[in-house]
Amino acid sequence: MTRKIFTAEHELFRDQVRRFVAREITPHHDQWERDGIVPRSAWLAAGEAGLLCATMPEEYGGAGADRYYSTIVMEEFARAGASGPGFSLHSDIVAPYLLAYGTEEQKRAFLPRMATGEVIGAIAMTEPGAGSDLQGVKTSAVRDGDELVINGQKTFITNGQNADLVILVTKTDPAAGAKGTTLVLVEATRPGFTKGRNLEKIGLKAQDTSELFFSDVRVPLDNILGGEGQGFYLLMQELAWERLQIAIGAMASAEASLEQTIAYTRERKAFGRAVAEFQNTRFKLAELKTEIAVARVFVDRCIALVAERKLDTATAAMAKYWCSDLQGKVIDECLQLHGGYGYMWEFPIARAYADARVQRIYGGTNEIMKEIIGRTL
Amino acid sequence: MTALLPRTIFKPEHELFRDQVRKFVEREILPHRVAWEEAGQVSREAWKKAGEAGLLCPTMPEEYGGAGADRLYSAIIIEELAGSFASGPGFSLHSDIVAPYINAYGTEAQKRSWLPRMATGEVIGAIAMTEPAAGSDLQGIKTTAVRQDDELVINGQKTFITNGLLSDLVVVVTKTDPAAGAKGTTLVLVEATRPGFTKGHKLQKIGMKAQDTAELFFDDVRVPVDNILGGEGQGFYRLMRELAWERMQIAIRNAAAAEAILDQTIAYTRERKAFGRAVLDFQNSRFRLAELKTQVQLGRTFVDHCLDLLLKGELDADTAAMAKLWTTEMQGRVVDQCVQLHGGYGYMWEYPVARAYADARVQRIFGGTSEIMKEIIARAL
Ligand SMILES: Cc1cc2nc3c(=O)[nH]c(=O)nc-3n(C[C@H](O)[C@H](O)[C@H](O)COP(=O)(O)OP(=O)(O)OC[C@H]3O[C@@H](n4cnc5c(N)ncnc54)[C@H](O)[C@@H]3O)c2cc1C
Ligand SMILES: Cc1cc2nc3c(=O)[nH]c(=O)nc-3n(C[C@H](O)[C@H](O)[C@H](O)COP(=O)(O)OP(=O)(O)OC[C@H]3O[C@@H](n4cnc5c(N)ncnc54)[C@H](O)[C@@H]3O)c2cc1C
Repeated sequence: MTRKIFTAEHELFRDQVRRFVAREITPHHDQWERDGIVPRSAWLAAGEAGLLCATMPEEYGGAGADRYYSTIVMEEFARAGASGPGFSLHSDIVAPYLLAYGTEEQKRAFLPRMATGEVIGAIAMTEPGAGSDLQGVKTSAVRDGDELVINGQKTFITNGQNADLVILVTKTDPAAGAKGTTLVLVEATRPGFTKGRNLEKIGLKAQDTSELFFSDVRVPLDNILGGEGQGFYLLMQELAWERLQIAIGAMASAEASLEQTIAYTRERKAFGRAVAEFQNTRFKLAELKTEIAVARVFVDRCIALVAERKLDTATAAMAKYWCSDLQGKVIDECLQLHGGYGYMWEFPIARAYADARVQRIYGGTNEIMKEIIGRTL
Repeated sequence: MTALLPRTIFKPEHELFRDQVRKFVEREILPHRVAWEEAGQVSREAWKKAGEAGLLCPTMPEEYGGAGADRLYSAIIIEELAGSFASGPGFSLHSDIVAPYINAYGTEAQKRSWLPRMATGEVIGAIAMTEPAAGSDLQGIKTTAVRQDDELVINGQKTFITNGLLSDLVVVVTKTDPAAGAKGTTLVLVEATRPGFTKGHKLQKIGMKAQDTAELFFDDVRVPVDNILGGEGQGFYRLMRELAWERMQIAIRNAAAAEAILDQTIAYTRERKAFGRAVLDFQNSRFRLAELKTQVQLGRTFVDHCLDLLLKGELDADTAAMAKLWTTEMQGRVVDQCVQLHGGYGYMWEYPVARAYADARVQRIFGGTSEIMKEIIARAL
């Protein structure tokens, strides 16, 4: 099915991204999986190729591109199973916070170097005792003269080991609940800020998801992002786009898995014929193709809405929940159609399977998505 | 109504028409439901009123009694009937399947003699493909039409025919050359008045109680060769031409019915109390409804996307098959959950959800079963 949301320029960009992935990412991904981290050289290469922070204004090192460009980067990485690089979190979650809420100084200090890959960004909300319910955040930032003193612990932080700059969700006024929440920019070089374990996971093996520790970390008040007590409110602003990013990756991954599985079942023989010739195989593949086609049309509508800044939170929640669930179902069926080879790590479908599971958990669990949709009934 | 994304395919004229259709359904259709269900058919009067109100054959050219309207008008009629669970009237089969065959393949004389009266509701149309031994596999059709001079002599039996009892005119799929397989298939117009043509008894069904689905028998029925529609031996080919649109009609209906039943169920669970609170206040209810709403939204988006392609002449057969497959399966899941959320009331016929449940089951069977849809989609993999 032809997609209608992209222009010719977008498609040219897609070609570039695809070539970049084939040249700079795919050949190294195995090694990065063993290392549990993507090296900075890959970030710098991505920066040079214009793949980081494309939507940031040119004056801050970006290309002033629309969100279709971000979409394309996410899709091409997901298609290739390149789940290691945390580029989209860096470019399409962290950088937009700085752009939208940062002071001129903050923007100048970080955005241009984020666009080159010299500075790698992360955002740290989750704590051991607070995930879905962010009201439970305990990390404190206490004012001391013209400094904040930060104490606490974060976990499951994407780009955690690589991070040079962390947007940290803190409590500046624990008694005030949501209104006591403040975003603070913390540089990795600050004394008292240490990176904990690079966590072992089911999938996303090359992604440096980590614990972060803060022990009397001092930062100037100027490091507050978007105003004291504004944190919770600011975190809500771009949730629709942030969640749609997961749906975008989910669809691209599901589509790629289906293509691989069609090709595989055509080659693979059993009982004297291609596996693709069994009616069960054809029907399963037809079901998956249909599910993907329906969700694709929906996600493309959501992408077009997000580009016009018109996507509402509940519709984005539908996209996140439905597409991540669908990705799980599609890849599970695709793995099945691969037989034993599907269980072998060297086959892309095995990695896609392991990578897919988390999509229903992060970015707000699918249960939380249903809460959000449930409020609009 | 629970808010979905705004639809973008309709113009203000369409919305005006929708209002008219909605009022018509409320006034002329819904009050008669129980009587029609008991009778097992819709009254002929209702057909005439629908004709008067411009609800029959709107896409036919004006010279043949239609309004020359685009297919979104047909979609609106289908949606409004489905949205009020009015599954009795076989209007869309008549207007959007039978009439288009005559318009596309009929001779001038055939068009003039049938289309204007189909638009008024004086003539009710049906199409008879299925036989007791041939449904999914239409190559197995046994009804014969044998040429004798300038007449055809028809013998055979059809079953499961929508509008069967009321029909005045039936497009019958026959074999004029049984040895030639698909190429021996011919469409023949058979008037209900022809000697030897009899209608069987009304078939009892799980749902669609007011729909007169019937058996038809042909015993040495003679029609002039002029009654051949679209050329001898052309039948199979003709039947393939508009399959995308015919299947979309089912998808349109299901998307609308699923949306309507979701709305009803949200309203019901908001009113209904258990353990001191509204059923909607249970997290399980909200999550199930959130899941249903998501599916309804996806179905809606996909159907509108396909309708848009259809209007541009770009809808291919396998995409239409996906729409038919996905929306019918989706509707099945939705009505089942909605019955559950209604509890015992959901099992009672007086509740729309019970009828919607019973009506929904057949959507996965007629118009090509879900399995046949998968065959079509799989061929395009
Ligand atoms: C690979 C990975 C990368 C991540 N990256 C980041 C990152 O970069 N930054 C960051 O801040 N966080 C990150 N996270 C954390 C992620 O956002 C959280 O894991 C997620 O929000 C869920 O929180 P939790 O793990 O504490 O689960 P919990 O909140 O403890 O949830 C446990 C279960 O309870 C369910 N549940 C919770 N509340 C309700 C409710 N109201 N009704 C019904 N069920 C409910 C949940 O859906 C879940 O099934 C990452 C996580 C992973 C696994
Ligand atoms: C309410 C109602 C109204 C109808 N209206 C009309 C009408 O107006 N005109 C008309 O001509 N017909 C009409 N039909 C008939 C309808 O189109 C057929 O019932 C349908 O096409 C299925 O044919 P069948 O019933 O013979 O089932 P069969 O073809 O016998 O199928 C039985 C089962 O086998 C499966 N199957 C068949 N072939 C395959 C395959 N290749 N691979 C895998 N599985 C397969 C089917 O999917 C089904 O599950 C109507 C039916 C109903 C119930």
